[in-house]
Amino acid sequence: MKSLDELAKIKENRREALKIREGFPSATEKAHVMMCGGAGCISSKCLEVVDAMKEALSKNGIADQVQIILTGCMGPCDMGPVAIIYPDATFYRRLKPKDAGAIVEEHIMKGNKIPRLMYRAPGAKEPTPNVKDIDLFAKQKKIVLRNNFYIDPTSIEDYIANDGYAALGKALTKMQPEEIIEEVKKSGLRGRGGAGFSTGMKWAFTAAASGAPKYVVCNGDEGDPGAFMDRSVLEGDPHSVIEGMAICGRAIGAEQGYVYVRAEYPLAIERLDLALQKARENGLLGKDIFGSGFNFDIEIRIGAGAFVCGEETALLTSIEGRRGEPRPRPPFPANAGVWGKPTVLNNVETWANIPEIILKGADAYASVGTEKSKGTKVFALAGRINNTGIIEVPMGTTLREIVFEIGGGIPRKKAFKAVQTGGPSGGCIPAEHLDTPVDYDSLGALGAIMGSGGMIVLDEDTCMVDIAKFFLDFVVDESCGKCSPCRIGTKRMYEILDNISKGKGKEGDIELLEELALMIKATALCGLGQTAPNPVLSTIRYFRNEYEEHIRDQKCSCNVCELKE
Amino acid sequence: MVTCACNASNDELTKQLDRIIDPYRGNPGGLIQVLTKAQNLVGYLPRRVQVQIAEGLGVSLQEVYGVVTFYAFFSLIPRGRHKISVCAGTACYVKGTKMVTKTLKDLLDLKPGQTTPDSRFTLEIVRCIGACGLAPAMIIDGKDVHGRLEPELIPAVLEQYA
Repeated sequence: MKSLDELAKIKENRREALKIREGFPSATEKAHVMMCGGAGCISSKCLEVVDAMKEALSKNGIADQVQIILTGCMGPCDMGPVAIIYPDATFYRRLKPKDAGAIVEEHIMKGNKIPRLMYRAPGAKEPTPNVKDIDLFAKQKKIVLRNNFYIDPTSIEDYIANDGYAALGKALTKMQPEEIIEEVKKSGLRGRGGAGFSTGMKWAFTAAASGAPKYVVCNGDEGDPGAFMDRSVLEGDPHSVIEGMAICGRAIGAEQGYVYVRAEYPLAIERLDLALQKARENGLLGKDIFGSGFNFDIEIRIGAGAFVCGEETALLTSIEGRRGEPRPRPPFPANAGVWGKPTVLNNVETWANIPEIILKGADAYASVGTEKSKGTKVFALAGRINNTGIIEVPMGTTLREIVFEIGGGIPRKKAFKAVQTGGPSGGCIPAEHLDTPVDYDSLGALGAIMGSGGMIVLDEDTCMVDIAKFFLDFVVDESCGKCSPCRIGTKRMYEILDNISKGKGKEGDIELLEELALMIKATALCGLGQTAPNPVLSTIRYFRNEYEEHIRDQKCSCNVCELKE
Repeated sequence: MVTCACNASNDELTKQLDRIIDPYRGNPGGLIQVLTKAQNLVGYLPRRVQVQIAEGLGVSLQEVYGVVTFYAFFSLIPRGRHKISVCAGTACYVKGTKMVTKTLKDLLDLKPGQTTPDSRFTLEIVRCIGACGLAPAMIIDGKDVHGRLEPELIPAVLEQYA
């Protein structure tokens, strides 16, 4: 790719071919079937539906007039397999191979939509055919997941058709590195890995750091149990991450990037690898991109299964092929990252925001969200909730809106108890705080954290002592063992919790847990240890009575813990 | 399923490993990539494989051993033809990981980490496979996700893997 004109030409051609996905009937094609190819729908056997549909198309002799595209995750995993049929944007859910005939012969050939496959809002008499009218999508705002309904993740032309690589073109041909950093700063974007540090500041520190070469790294080691947002982005829109990283490369003066992905995400690795190849073939990675003299390329590094590698210094060590153990900061990665060189490390979701900020401007981006938390946040909803899956909402949306309006509430008429955010580093937020706006600072004030975006809903049948024990067990298992507060302290906390859950708790155990927790938070080496006590502290804060009940009465009201008589 | 080279002759295995090592020869930074590929070839990482990799990359054997034992993906002992990974992420946990594990233990007479005597299955517990929307879930051979599990559904799932 040597010029913006070349990019514009690809966009124009492709856009014309994709008009059907914007609702314009086509002279040559009858339909585009966007079948969700997220991990959830693939597990729900959407590929069998695709095969059945191809067969039905061939049987009716219209295979050349209908495209079936496997997209990234559309979000509503529990309704899978789901699909959108264009040009009329009809949304179908819970598809089975036997439905393929009806979709082809009735819907696509005769224009008769099939109500029994449509979504029906809770309590509504009539189904909702058009995806744009469906309540749980209408309340969302898509920036990071902007392409997931629209493009084929394996097609770079599709990405370009929806303004892909236009931001990189702008950054390389019309902006100075300082202007790029200024724009990112002004957008107010904060790190989506959970800690919420200003992305623009991080870039500025690295740009100012002495040392060469510099590196750009993407953290795709999504380790929090209950979080699968980054996976959805990498699978559904890998070019958005590549483009974001290349823009940063220009801003800080780096020519090499690394994406660190968990080995547990084979499809994400496959799609990213393909996207990198296509970007190279089109000259969007490599030498002299857009004729600007800027060179940039990206390598994939596959994680071998260690939760601590999500911690930035551990991740950087792991990229170098060593045991992923964290090291003290400072020096921060901005000064000493991969191979000891200045490095910007951002999370997958952070990267996917960058092209929008550069293309549409910081002001447009900052108009979404709250005063101190700008833009949107992607959450993975799971646990005891009706609509499980991936959602993206403006910062400042309340937990009540997320759980009850978008998430559809709690199944089987059970009562809501708490929502757990931030995984093993986060906390549980009880019902009385459901009207809290979701942003970095409000969640922090409640003793939870934004975290990377996992949101696990707990109902009245969930025992909070058991949940605290679950997270401590996780941390004990994943602690790398380098520093003693984390290695020994979390183990002692686990033992106390284990005793409580078995009816062997003693008076004073709660206070001892609190004391240990504060000690570990203050002295552990890295983020894993410093946040490990949070699930215990927050459950004690809001559900102390449950701990007391286990200790004093040897009773678990939820009937989860197996207490000795 | 990975292609198992455990029956290949020693010379043949040495040659195949050399082909994996060659692009990284003398470059310690490639250790994790080389170990991953070597394990995919052999099925696990016995001492002789570690020695050859240590020499090829120019790192000490204890460093290789340190990395192998640090990451959950690497194994020092042979594993079964099919690896069952039961998800113990939060969403699965609140929806029934305990039930899935118990059912598998009873069906296969195995504890997590063990392999059946006929080398058909290895059972392990993993932390979140990212299929939270389908909890409780397990993944077989690192790619086939089986979700919304119930005790009576599990035998039919296992039958698909010979």
